[in-house]
Amino acid sequence: MAVLVVAETDGANLPRGTLATITAALAIDPEVDVLVLDEQGDEASEAASGIVGVRSVIKAGGPGLAGNLAENLAPAVAETARNYGYVLAPAGTWGKNLMPRVAAMLDVQQISDITEIVDGDTFIRPIYAGNALATVRSRDPVKVITVRGTAFAVAEAPGGSAAITDGPEVAAHDIARFVKRELSQSDRPELAAARIVISGGRGMGSGENFQLLDQLADKLGAAVGASRAAVDAGYVPNDFQVGQTGKVVAPELYIAVGISGAIQHLAGMKDSKVIVAINKDQEAPIFQVADYGLVGDLFKIVPEIADAL
Amino acid sequence: MKILVAVKRVIDYNVRIRVLPDGSGVETDNVKMSMNPFDEIAVEEAIRLKEAGTASEVVAVSIGPARSQETIRTALAFGCDRGIHVQTEQPPEPLAVAKLLAGVVAAEEPGLVILGKQAIDDDSNQTGQMLAALLGWPQGTFASELVIGDGVFDVTREIDGGLETISINAPAIVTTDLRLNEPRYPSLPGIMKAKSKPIEAKTPADYSVDVAPRLETVTVAEPPPRPPGRMLESAAELVQILREEKGVL
Repeated sequence: MAVLVVAETDGANLPRGTLATITAALAIDPEVDVLVLDEQGDEASEAASGIVGVRSVIKAGGPGLAGNLAENLAPAVAETARNYGYVLAPAGTWGKNLMPRVAAMLDVQQISDITEIVDGDTFIRPIYAGNALATVRSRDPVKVITVRGTAFAVAEAPGGSAAITDGPEVAAHDIARFVKRELSQSDRPELAAARIVISGGRGMGSGENFQLLDQLADKLGAAVGASRAAVDAGYVPNDFQVGQTGKVVAPELYIAVGISGAIQHLAGMKDSKVIVAINKDQEAPIFQVADYGLVGDLFKIVPEIADAL
Repeated sequence: MKILVAVKRVIDYNVRIRVLPDGSGVETDNVKMSMNPFDEIAVEEAIRLKEAGTASEVVAVSIGPARSQETIRTALAFGCDRGIHVQTEQPPEPLAVAKLLAGVVAAEEPGLVILGKQAIDDDSNQTGQMLAALLGWPQGTFASELVIGDGVFDVTREIDGGLETISINAPAIVTTDLRLNEPRYPSLPGIMKAKSKPIEAKTPADYSVDVAPRLETVTVAEPPPRPPGRMLESAAELVQILREEKGVL
């Protein structure tokens, strides 16, 4: 049964989550089509057509694409989905907002945030903030699934040459209107896509002290994240947050600085390949998931690391 | 304007969950249960709107086993006016919950339904969006700010990479993110008053909804443990290991 990937797009750059979702789709079935729902869909469609393994790219049009509103997009996705056995989207905030609306229109029980594909009907997904893994089997005729981006490799591109076809016309319903989007500006890599992530917790003591992490991050080409405690204390904005209630990351190297390791934070980073913890309290739960630990004053240790590089 | 809030009884967020040895699920016997934290935020937001004179009545709905009534009682102690309990044997899946809530909405005709963005047990993050789809209503998901206008709600949403603001027509669905507000603790007079507030008992049959699960849980397992870590003596040692043994620098 063919798979429809509903792509989150950002112009010519396809976000990591979309590329990982295509990998998951190809693991289910070799017939994978990508639906692009972007006002400026030409660049994104070109990018999608270059992904190895994609059969065709369906470029939606119409006034309802503006503003990326689920109220407008969901009917078009549901209509397109009727020709497929599976509809997959990345489990970022974009996919989380859109896909349940699609699933309900199709009268399907969505499977959220899968991390593994067992077979065509059976999937593994984390529950209880990743403290348990549920294996679930679906008998819905169309399976609506969101995919955890960090759990699958990025699809290979360029190299593919999928045809681009015109897809559904997306109508604009006036029940919802886009007002504005304010994205945090940063020269550093996106948290979810970074190879190295350095996160600070309440132990940082203040927002100014995050400069210490910034300096190390600049040396390493790393992204800077934070625990919920640091966000709640007002040190950094919420989009820094790594955890069950923030972003889920799985970089090659995760350095937790002054983070005690609350369950909700661990849920967002424990699948990182190498975890380093720096904390003054040797009993901190973060050390239970860390591969390497340093007990001591972070204000001394972090500059030492920077110097040793 | 009447506001409906949906509340779910879940294992308390401070409890370290235990997977049952037979893989059938997670231990819930003799485990502390609480209102889903995102639903507390939903209740708080509704109560604040009532205190501000924007809402005329706040109705708390819970769907699930008999003891979900305790969670409704908590919502009443916060200040909700009355409760509706739709009793099911097992906690139903999000689609069934959304269908039941759509039935409650049809009967109650609220101008706004506020739900938590996800329940911290199954982490699905679906019910609000599904309810919006079933009703044909707009949705303001992952809200960090809600401004009530004349027949319009301006919702600031937490999205990957920042914030987004949308304007949606009433009636609408709003789902809460953490920074929407900080829930209060129920007051003693609130708890006393809650005891005499009415809770209406309903069943899925009252709304003609089939709650049979669509997904079969094959097994629930512990995540694979990470190998034990090593405590190091110095930053220099760490950098050397990361560079030479692990090759991640």
